[in-house]
Amino acid sequence: MTPADPTGTRLKFFQTGSFAAGNRLLDAEQRSVQASPERANAITCGHRACQGCGEALGARYALDAAMRATGGDLIAANATGCLEVFSTPYPESSWQLPWIHSLFGNAPAVATGVAAALRAKGNTHTRVVGQGGDGGTVDIGMACLSGMFERGDDVLYICYDNEAYMNTGVQRSGATPEAARTSTTQAVGEEPGAPWGQGKNAALIALAHEIPYVATATIGDLRDLERKVQSAMEIRGARYIHLLVTCPLGWGSPSSDSIKLARLATETGLFPVWEGERGDIVSVSKIRRLQPVEEYLKLQTRFRHLFSPTRRDDVIARIQAKADRNIERFGLLEVDSEELEHSEEQELRLEGGS
Amino acid sequence: MSSADKPFAITLDVGSSLANHTGSWRTERPVYVRKTAPCGGACPAGEDVQQWLYDAEEGGYEAAWRKIMERNPFPSVCGRVCYHPCETACNRAQLDEAVGINSVERFLGDQAIAEGWTIEPPRELTGKRILVVGAGPAGLSAAYHLALLGHTVSVRDAAPAAGGMLRYGIPKYRLPRDVLDAEIGRIRDLGVSFELSHNVPDVVAEKHSGDFDAVFLAVGARLGSRTYIPAGSAARVIDAISLLRDVEAGSAGPPQLGRRVAVYGGGNTAMDAARTAKRLGADDSVVIYRRTRDRMPAHESELMEALQEGITVKWLSTITRADSGRLTVEKMVLDEDGRPQGTGEFEELDADTLVLATGQQTDLSLVDGVDGITVEDTCVTVDANLMTGREGIFAGGDVTPTERTATVAIGHGRRAALGIDRWLRGIVAPGGATVSDSASETGIGPAPMSEEVQFPALNSWYYSDAPHAVRPQLEAARRASTFDEVVQGLDESTALFEARRCMSCGNCLACDNCYGVCPDNAVIKLDPPGAYAYAFDLDFCKGCGLCAQECPCGAIEMQPEQI
Repeated sequence: MTPADPTGTRLKFFQTGSFAAGNRLLDAEQRSVQASPERANAITCGHRACQGCGEALGARYALDAAMRATGGDLIAANATGCLEVFSTPYPESSWQLPWIHSLFGNAPAVATGVAAALRAKGNTHTRVVGQGGDGGTVDIGMACLSGMFERGDDVLYICYDNEAYMNTGVQRSGATPEAARTSTTQAVGEEPGAPWGQGKNAALIALAHEIPYVATATIGDLRDLERKVQSAMEIRGARYIHLLVTCPLGWGSPSSDSIKLARLATETGLFPVWEGERGDIVSVSKIRRLQPVEEYLKLQTRFRHLFSPTRRDDVIARIQAKADRNIERFGLLEVDSEELEHSEEQELRLEGGS
Repeated sequence: MSSADKPFAITLDVGSSLANHTGSWRTERPVYVRKTAPCGGACPAGEDVQQWLYDAEEGGYEAAWRKIMERNPFPSVCGRVCYHPCETACNRAQLDEAVGINSVERFLGDQAIAEGWTIEPPRELTGKRILVVGAGPAGLSAAYHLALLGHTVSVRDAAPAAGGMLRYGIPKYRLPRDVLDAEIGRIRDLGVSFELSHNVPDVVAEKHSGDFDAVFLAVGARLGSRTYIPAGSAARVIDAISLLRDVEAGSAGPPQLGRRVAVYGGGNTAMDAARTAKRLGADDSVVIYRRTRDRMPAHESELMEALQEGITVKWLSTITRADSGRLTVEKMVLDEDGRPQGTGEFEELDADTLVLATGQQTDLSLVDGVDGITVEDTCVTVDANLMTGREGIFAGGDVTPTERTATVAIGHGRRAALGIDRWLRGIVAPGGATVSDSASETGIGPAPMSEEVQFPALNSWYYSDAPHAVRPQLEAARRASTFDEVVQGLDESTALFEARRCMSCGNCLACDNCYGVCPDNAVIKLDPPGAYAYAFDLDFCKGCGLCAQECPCGAIEMQPEQI
């Protein structure tokens, strides 16, 4: 949980409420955007994403929150990738907001251009979101993205990270985790799967640009994500959200496990969820129920070679060490006692008073 | 629009993906279900606990109370004396601690008395006359439900006041009499007539002379079993049931027990007797029990409260002789089968009075020689509708083979009322009460409910941890010296807080999670809610199963499509 939270992420019902989308016992404004029948449904029914697609879900979560924050006055620029392909097979579209498709690598630059055009026309109210997958963002679009950050263009860029080039057939990207099998990193040899010592952390790269706002999030914590999008839309300038989204196809996981896996990614420490401002991390989501990485890995066939035919305890230990390092580095476990007390007080007030 | 009117390189009109019905991809479909929550499944009175907690969570106390009253006319009584198997079964215990269902029930019952909520008598009467013999929990519960079904009910009991063991077996400090009177009063207000101090020596004669269509026998187990103990002529030996009755109704004032009292037995009645002895002025109140603590039949809470009041227990001991002011006690050991065996090691114990709490027996002389009625092991044999072998004569509560608690008796009363009603209408239901009888008709989703929901079927991630709201307890010293109520009730905010800990096992709690997590917007929020709060849009649902997986309460199931 993050400190000082005006939108209700901290709010804990004993039943549900802090984690579920809504709660009939809460006032409407304390429920998530996704709980509202008035949500924008930025990406509507009939899209061709796979069953249980985390990216389709994440995009709706994020854009609906941005639509609410801007009163629906929003334009999206979208890199090539799954999100574009499954949502917009010409001439059909699932998008329910002004939306422009660009090349694989230039979505940040196109978003910058849209923002510049609006400025040139004297439009100060319409806001711009750029978005793409990890391939389009972490690899191919990195230069355009870095330029957008460096110039401070008034764009929120959202990376939907499903950890490989899923659209073209699951090739490794710079965001693919070590040891994961992809079509370009087969599960063979002494170090099977994606190589160790490569890849990059795009969120920390964004943070290093000292832009006003950087955050990571997952589709496993809807309220946290909505709060971060809301925060991002309240600021002008270049902003970045790195959202972990599950890919049942590329990860080899049951479609019904998409949210569970996103949750496990944070609960194991493999995907730290944090918020940064102008170069500094200012808040971190604490792990609620710490899990060993094995619980996360064993649900995905991209890691199956770590368990069969021979169990690779050495590789699992190496992945665990990576999670442990995250826990240590980002302080994913410590609980600030003062903060805890505060939240309990708040809870009691909410539980008892309403 | 012709292609000439379109911008450069555009040949088709813009379309929406809504034209693409992705529902055809589906091999499994999500279905909202309603399952039995373990609390309701375990309730001997058949309360649909989850459903009334649902109302209580919203502060709908009267609605919650009415849902209890569909099953059990004694929420305030049960909120005090029930051993709450619901809490033992509660799935929440596997997350932190069981929901304090009993406390909330008591709060609702007390609220009803304070607010004067009443139950409407039925508009139409059937004209059928039913005799209920015994005004204990089984008889009163049957009378209540029979009256609601439109029958004319007459309750007869040998005691001067209604309540049976609730009045004459459970001490005041556990069940204040104004509470009992208030809840019995409501049954009286439904038009049930009470003929008290009225002994029924022969049930068949009574049925005939009163021209009754059916009889419900619920005379309870009101005799103390007397274990044979060699006793000197001056030894003072009484049984616990008589002691508890005399404290309540004795014309000679409270019984004189002396300074040192020994109670023989290990059940709840032994605890009640020992605690009552203490309140009557005994300095020492000792429970003597043959086995060990883990084998004691008394409920843990009863034992704990007794120990807190300074009652002592001599484990692994039997009384071999009682003399004036003194008992001879033999040390026991448990053999391989857990049966106590004498050691030949004796000790003496000072005791002015020995109270025997070694079980209770039925007095079934009123059915002696009645054709068709079978008595086995001092209990009447009944079928699933609680009818005896004699047409039109039903029996329930402690006179039938069952666990002897007030709540079981209350459940029997309802089952018998339903059985009698069916019998009078000529409906054959050999299975007796069915699952649908225990599903609240007023709940979300259609009854009957299917199987019980176990903890792994829930997604416990969505429930935050919470401390248990503990009932404030009176100081032990104060409790031991008066008959004031021992366990205090919850105030409103605490009751609400406690009700909201319910995880709504197997029943939709309208948390919007399915609506939120569907990647295909294929969950529709119904306003106003229909049978459920949501519906699935099967034109677009791809059958990914995320909604079912992320449902906190296990109220969505994936079912294979017929292909």
